[in-house]
Amino acid sequence: MSDNLKLQDRDEERAEMNAEAQAAVDSASNYEFGWSSDIEQDFAPKGLNEGTVRFISDKKGEPEWMLEWRLKAFRMWQDMESPDWAKLDIPMIDYQDAYYYAEPKKKPELESLDELDPVIRETYEKLGIPIAEQEVLAGVKGARKVAVDAVFDSVSVATTFREELESAGVIFMSISEAIKEHPELVKKYLGKVVPMRDNYFATLNCAVFSDGTFVYIPKGVRCPMELSTYFRINAENTGQFERTLIVADEGSYVSYLEGCTAPQRDENQLHAAVVELVAMDDAEIKYSTVQNWYPGDEEGKGGIYNFVTKRGLCQGKNSKISWTQVETGSAITWKYPSCVLNGENSVGEFYSVALTNNYQQADTGTKMIHNGRNTRSTIISKGISAGKSDNSYRGLVRVGANAENVRNFTQCDSLLLGDQCGAHTVPYIEVKNPTATIEHEATTSKISDDQMFYAQQRGLDEEEAVSLIVNGFAKEVLKELPMEFAVEAQKLLAISLEGSVG
Amino acid sequence: MLKIENLHATVGDTEILKGLSLEIQAGEIHAIMGPNGAGKSTLAYALGGRPGYEVTAGSVSFNGTDLLDMDPHERAAAGMFLGFQYPVEIPGVSNLQFLRESLNSQRGERGEEALSGGEFIKLAKEKAALLKMDMDMLKRAVNVGFSGGEKKRNEMVQMGILDPTLAILDETDSGLDIDALRTVGSGINAIMRQPDKAVLLITHYQRLLDEVQPDYVHVLAGGRIVKTGGPELAQQLENEGYEAIAEAA
Repeated sequence: MSDNLKLQDRDEERAEMNAEAQAAVDSASNYEFGWSSDIEQDFAPKGLNEGTVRFISDKKGEPEWMLEWRLKAFRMWQDMESPDWAKLDIPMIDYQDAYYYAEPKKKPELESLDELDPVIRETYEKLGIPIAEQEVLAGVKGARKVAVDAVFDSVSVATTFREELESAGVIFMSISEAIKEHPELVKKYLGKVVPMRDNYFATLNCAVFSDGTFVYIPKGVRCPMELSTYFRINAENTGQFERTLIVADEGSYVSYLEGCTAPQRDENQLHAAVVELVAMDDAEIKYSTVQNWYPGDEEGKGGIYNFVTKRGLCQGKNSKISWTQVETGSAITWKYPSCVLNGENSVGEFYSVALTNNYQQADTGTKMIHNGRNTRSTIISKGISAGKSDNSYRGLVRVGANAENVRNFTQCDSLLLGDQCGAHTVPYIEVKNPTATIEHEATTSKISDDQMFYAQQRGLDEEEAVSLIVNGFAKEVLKELPMEFAVEAQKLLAISLEGSVG
Repeated sequence: MLKIENLHATVGDTEILKGLSLEIQAGEIHAIMGPNGAGKSTLAYALGGRPGYEVTAGSVSFNGTDLLDMDPHERAAAGMFLGFQYPVEIPGVSNLQFLRESLNSQRGERGEEALSGGEFIKLAKEKAALLKMDMDMLKRAVNVGFSGGEKKRNEMVQMGILDPTLAILDETDSGLDIDALRTVGSGINAIMRQPDKAVLLITHYQRLLDEVQPDYVHVLAGGRIVKTGGPELAQQLENEGYEAIAEAA
């Protein structure tokens, strides 16, 4: 079957999925996930000092080396300043006026999600964990396998499919567990892709990270299922500092899904995650995100600050790291999933849809650092701005002096809805080797009156027409997502644009 | 089915339709012919409810309801289909997806059940075959990279799938070669020549009318219908030109 045909088949499947997505959209209110579960929290004392760092480390029963690492980061962070180069208007954050650790009081050791606290279980239901996963959870025969490492606030409460993954040699656990069970692996890679001093928010994360996910795929193993983590901020005023580390050893493959929703809050909440990926020779990591943190209300009140550092290292030859993100949430997004292409013939990819509405601000993009020979990268960025929002693509393509025959293709498209929003494209290109081929294309467009009337004349109402056109605009990126995520993403795009027309 | 009385419509500050009246019964095919700038496309857009085409006076009733009171998508759901002179491209949205969502929105508006994926594909295959259109074309993005002829045939497939009671076809024949014209003509006949359906063909030329025999031919000039006749009027227009006939009227 040719690629083309595969795509067409996908179109048909997608046509069906759209109906499901539409039904979900129909039932959705302005912000579908505006509720919070009633579970007792065990907080770290408010504020940030060495005591907080020690509290977190102690709560998690960490070894001494981990505490020392955290403390080193904390001292470093105290001398650093918040970055201000992005096209963002970031309100002053009082780091002393927040909690840095919260965990559900019950910490059950579960064999399966069935044994999960019903309140938490209900939370997942509301999160709309995709049908495929529900089937798996219900034990439906033949269902596609997806493992869920559920992060409820800060602590992983359950990990499914651990056994099957273990038999394949895959390690998939919370990073807290990994620190205790696989200290040699964690020590070897933690902070190696994103150095402790990388940036203000990453350093902060090093000091106070609460939990997160650790994945190790051994040599030659194709991970038997997609790995999925659902993050969710659930406690008021609790900063969320997730830490993810994924290592794909020689010749291995893993697809990792990360999805986020957050309850409606008036207080701003800081989210400063760090994600590090390492791909060895001939290894491939596909990392997909659908981000739907609470964006604030229609007046721009509240909402999550999402200051995330994500970076992948293609260390081995012929390795590949692919980032796909759909960013619809957060009041402020500051995020540049990047690839450092050291291995010969390694490949970096970045596919992004960033949608902003009302008063949201997004400054997002990628860095492709070409150090190795014959390395290639592709950047496809689709920015959608509505309301009074501001949406910037910021991307760096750097080619080192020793990197022969590098190729990069970059395409940045912006779509504007209305006349009060902004779209900006800020590409940086630094080439130190003359054999490089760098292509950059950028377009800015509006939804045309012709398109709107055409779609409406066929029977779609105004919002349906906008949703359809926007999903078409974003399709090149959406088709990179795993199927169940694509449905969620289409749903999110439609929900996020509600009220932006008419 | 459609009753237009004394319709006045403006685009910007310019009055284009100046008291147009026309009545179409179920089972009839009407052709409107006229010179450039007579208001043919304005009529189509005003009936479709396109923003910017403002009806300033007159009334239009469609199957007994006030058409002018409805939003464009409600008009579509009520059974009106507009075939566009310049079909619009929607990148990234396949024809199938576009039509399925459109059809199901219409059905929802009418209180009917949505078609499942399977039912829809079956319907689409049937209509595509009727118009000798490759299913592959239905999988491509709406009108993107289509030739002029393909776009027009695509309009006909859309019409077949959406199954309207009234089709207003705005210069569907323009840009078509002889073979495509024949395919489109036979498509119109197959889909729309039914006792409970009607067609308003807007055209410059006689040649489409050789394929789709109209029951009535109207001459539109200066924003009004100036002459109405049978199919022979189209032939007369072809021979004598619009000017002579418009003036004689």
